Amino acid sequence: MSYISESLRVLFGAAPKRPAAEEITPEAKEIHVYKKQNPFNKAEFERIYAQAAEKPSPHKWRNRRWITLILVNFLFLASFYFDVQLLEGALTASRFVGFHMADLNSALQVMLAYKYVVLNLVIGTVTIFILWLLLGGRTFCSWVCPYHLVAEWTEALHLWLAKKKIVRDHPFKRGVRSVLYIIFALLAFVTGYTVFETISPTGILSRAIIYGPGLALIWVGLLLLIEVFYSRRLWCRYVCPIGITYGVVGSISPLRVVHNLKDCHHEGDCRKVCLVPHVLSMTTKGRSPGVEQDVGADCTRCGLCVDVCPTGSLRFELKGLGKHLKN
Amino acid sequence: MTESDQEKIVKKSGKPTPSKRRKDQSRRQFLRSTALAAGAVGTSMLGFWPVVQGNTLRLRPPGAIKTPFDEQEFFASCIKCGQCVQVCPVKAIKLADITDGFGIGVPYIDARAQACDFSCDGLQCVLACPTGALTHDLDYPADTRMGFARLSRPQACLAVQGKGFKGVARGAEFDGLLRYDEVDRWNPIKVAEYEYDLELCDLCVRQCPIEIRITQCAEEAAKKTDSKIERVAEKYGNECPPVHAIALEPMEGNDGVKRMIPMIKDGCVGCGVCEMICPVEPTAIVIDIDKTTDSV
Repeated sequence: MSYISESLRVLFGAAPKRPAAEEITPEAKEIHVYKKQNPFNKAEFERIYAQAAEKPSPHKWRNRRWITLILVNFLFLASFYFDVQLLEGALTASRFVGFHMADLNSALQVMLAYKYVVLNLVIGTVTIFILWLLLGGRTFCSWVCPYHLVAEWTEALHLWLAKKKIVRDHPFKRGVRSVLYIIFALLAFVTGYTVFETISPTGILSRAIIYGPGLALIWVGLLLLIEVFYSRRLWCRYVCPIGITYGVVGSISPLRVVHNLKDCHHEGDCRKVCLVPHVLSMTTKGRSPGVEQDVGADCTRCGLCVDVCPTGSLRFELKGLGKHLKN
Repeated sequence: MTESDQEKIVKKSGKPTPSKRRKDQSRRQFLRSTALAAGAVGTSMLGFWPVVQGNTLRLRPPGAIKTPFDEQEFFASCIKCGQCVQVCPVKAIKLADITDGFGIGVPYIDARAQACDFSCDGLQCVLACPTGALTHDLDYPADTRMGFARLSRPQACLAVQGKGFKGVARGAEFDGLLRYDEVDRWNPIKVAEYEYDLELCDLCVRQCPIEIRITQCAEEAAKKTDSKIERVAEKYGNECPPVHAIALEPMEGNDGVKRMIPMIKDGCVGCGVCEMICPVEPTAIVIDIDKTTDSV
């Protein structure tokens, strides 16, 4: 329970709690103390990185994810283009071999604006809820959302420019996303229009991929420019309500990234690549309350941290299935 | 080592008091975040503009839950997925762009470019709609209320001028599709591939899907059957449109010359085939979206 509540608290914008001394398990305490008394030296880090450099595929999860994302979006396009009825519709709502699926956030917008729900939408919403419950909630963001992929590419550009001191990241208060979530829900309810859908780059890109490009892409381009020159991953981090919707689903999902305190050297590489570094607070030295600590609901299960971790301290786990998911 | 020693190491000593610089930074971040929220909401609300202006009113697919002047419910219920686009055999349905504001991703039909000719018979777009934005109450083409046809330029109408029509209706370059039962019942072909040779142009009447169905129903009804039991329902079928949609009727002009003129009847559902097929440029017959047969 405390995992869920803490996880939701952080998802909605609060800073992760520093665990109180009594919340830290004795085993974890022992490790913290040991690490404090025996700090890793330079040679140890060099050894770790040299070892990590020999990993056969340093981008394993990223590659798998990109392939999945492109495949899913291509399946939409192919279903329409070649008229095979596999995955019809767009990311907002679709039919997978005839079975209804509806994006939870789009469905919510429609329900609030229209104030009436037809059975097909109920079926679609429940199907998608169960699907993403099993697959990890915000997994939708990093494994399916096309905006996430292009934003990842422009993020690389942002980081490159930042390294050259040409641009600087301007972070926002994360709570603004929750505020916007409430505002967009209220706007849908009060105006009777699916207001958020007008500016949602997820819907715009998905439709552009399937039905051809339009002027709406200018808006998406503008967002990407802002992300390159002003604020890193602005949309996904501080605005998109889809992330919150799936984040809530993910808080009770059995698929999580797990951090192992024992092996962790606290280099902090994971937090540098992470879209939502606040979920990795336990990777900071002295912060993990347990030896094995689950990463919170705001995590998109993108696997960048799993890929980058030189000590293999972060891995995917399907709760209840033990440690069958090997990294 | 005692328990309290361990805790000392684990727990860092009290929170540092934030420095002025830190406070400034936090304040700036707060302001920035407020501006971001205002920007996001403001941008999204720009979508109201075209709606208020009435610029978003368009010809919508069959079953769209709207009144001629109010599409709010339709916009609200549409989930902007385009499944209606995908099932349409003549690709009549398009999705609106961001210039339609809140209407982004909502389906519409540009009848002059490609009208809905009910090729699918069963209103596939209605069946495909996951949210009921295209209402499932609708079963047959004759039940649809998309708009209402109007002879907008009678002086340009070939029939009114007493002229015939020979050739392809909209020129060789025209991409529009139409189902020609006599060519292929199941696959619509390009209008540009179908040649007409008419003594008096009656394309708008001839290609009207409602009129075609009425004719088919009449032929069906006239057929003698050998079966002992008269299959009345099967023979007449309740999908048969009850009222005519358009007909060429005689009219006496100011000059006293008797001519034929297309007259729109109560059965018109506003599908737009007449607007698409009219060989005159610009078209002599259009679909008014602010009217339906129930409102005229």
